[in-house]
Amino acid sequence: MTVSSNAEISTSSLSKRDFDVERVRGDFPGLHQMVHEKPLVYLDSAASAQKPQQVIDALSHFYAHDYANIHRGVHELSQRATKAYENARLKVQRFMGARSEREIIFLRGTTEGINLVAQTYGRANVSEGDEVLITTMEHHSNIVPWQMLCEEKGARLVVGPIDDRGELDMDAFEELIGPRTKLVALGHVSNALGTINPVKEIIELAHERGIPVLLDGAQAAPHISLDVVDLDCDFYTISGHKMFGPSGIGALYVRESILEKMPPYQGGGDMISSVSFEKTTYNRLPFRFEAGTPNIAGAVGLGAAIDYLNELGMESIAAYEEELLDYGTEALRAVPGLRMIGEASNKASVLSFVLEGIHPHDIGTILDQEGIAVRTGHHCAQPVMDRFGLAATARASLALYNTRGDIDRLIHALETVRKVFG
Amino acid sequence: MATNELRELYQEVILDHSKSPKNFKELDDASHQSQGHNPLCGDRLTLYLSVVDGVIKDVGFKGAGCAISTASASMMTEALKGKTEAEVDVIFGAFHDLVTGKVAEADADILGKLAVFGGVRDYPVRVKCATLAWHTLRAALAKAEEAVSTE
Repeated sequence: MTVSSNAEISTSSLSKRDFDVERVRGDFPGLHQMVHEKPLVYLDSAASAQKPQQVIDALSHFYAHDYANIHRGVHELSQRATKAYENARLKVQRFMGARSEREIIFLRGTTEGINLVAQTYGRANVSEGDEVLITTMEHHSNIVPWQMLCEEKGARLVVGPIDDRGELDMDAFEELIGPRTKLVALGHVSNALGTINPVKEIIELAHERGIPVLLDGAQAAPHISLDVVDLDCDFYTISGHKMFGPSGIGALYVRESILEKMPPYQGGGDMISSVSFEKTTYNRLPFRFEAGTPNIAGAVGLGAAIDYLNELGMESIAAYEEELLDYGTEALRAVPGLRMIGEASNKASVLSFVLEGIHPHDIGTILDQEGIAVRTGHHCAQPVMDRFGLAATARASLALYNTRGDIDRLIHALETVRKVFG
Repeated sequence: MATNELRELYQEVILDHSKSPKNFKELDDASHQSQGHNPLCGDRLTLYLSVVDGVIKDVGFKGAGCAISTASASMMTEALKGKTEAEVDVIFGAFHDLVTGKVAEADADILGKLAVFGGVRDYPVRVKCATLAWHTLRAALAKAEEAVSTE
């Protein structure tokens, strides 16, 4: 073992010991309120996460002091705003482990990231008879953009199956990577099941056959340390609002050698070098893919969220959450009549379940009356529900600010659910 | 306390109907049929009507949904038998006003047992559950081709 990896281990175990959830909770004003006369327990972070004061302050400060349009102004405020926006891009680059800030495109979020890839890379590289390979556990945002592309091109959407635990059937998946496969697209972490997919292995398999891979990182970014270079993925996209940043901002990483050849996405200002009615030349990377005035403050807020996560350390966040997820899983399994949906051996954040004889929507209403926010429904992943023969599940999703006390409140409230339906 | 408020919504009669819905059947001789879907919670139901000379002679439904939508469908089917389309419109109007909180008190003369759904007014996101069967009914009577969606 090298000295540096020893040092890493000791830092990580130190920060794990130091993870102070009460201090973390103190940073999130939204958590400290009464809902239906009960203290709020927020277990819906997989839908959207609460925001720390540091992010709220960064937005407020930026709008109050440094706001102007970016890139074109010679005046002081424009220069400050441009610096803040581009500084946020550097933070995203480092957070994702990308080699260069040229590989980071700001956009609205994961959904737009996937649509961008489908509409640019996809349209240029997928033809009639080709295949795009996804999995059964994808969010609708990683299904529909590919369906639209396939319909336009006469291509085929191929879907890798999952087993009863909610894990990808790797043998079947490998079989499905065929001579016509032009792209593999899958979630790093499933929003409905919590499954952490073996993405590194999948990327290796795809690359052996020369096929690029897109990862939907919406559910991974708030929970696990990212490194696009180590993963060797070609496209990786994240959403700010799921990782304690503002909504309406996200980022797409594209390997530079691919991005250089990708046709532009939307046309407009900022994405050009020069425009005349005869010919327009496009701007350099990554600005070529950022037409129009972007969500400037959103990017600044996302940068602040990344600073916040870095300060806590992704390793220590992941270690804390893993322990909490184990505690929650065990506690829920002990509830009579409860069936867990998604029992992959490698999981993050998500506790999806159904109660015998009680519809998830009724569970959601009763939990809300107890001050507990969970998600109920198909979680924008209807094929996953179909796979398990369900219309819906109740989903409690954990984040760095949740505690064992939150789980205990959930378990207690599920008693009330059972009492009401006695 | 919360349990008492919840009892307003989940009244015994609603729970009973949700557990053992009435008229939970297909009709072989249905003259009207329609499908309803609530994308919010994935609820789906199919409604079957046998209408003779403008009067609802028989009615059945199949599908899966939450307690509120299942009980609402069940109790609606009981209220429909022997009613004309015009009478159905009056009942639906009173029901809709009740669950959306437009009226504070249920019109017991029109609604009868359906008045138990008054608790829904305090749960705005659940109004769609209570009204899914009714919207599906109106679509069936209008012979709508497309499935009804609450969205």
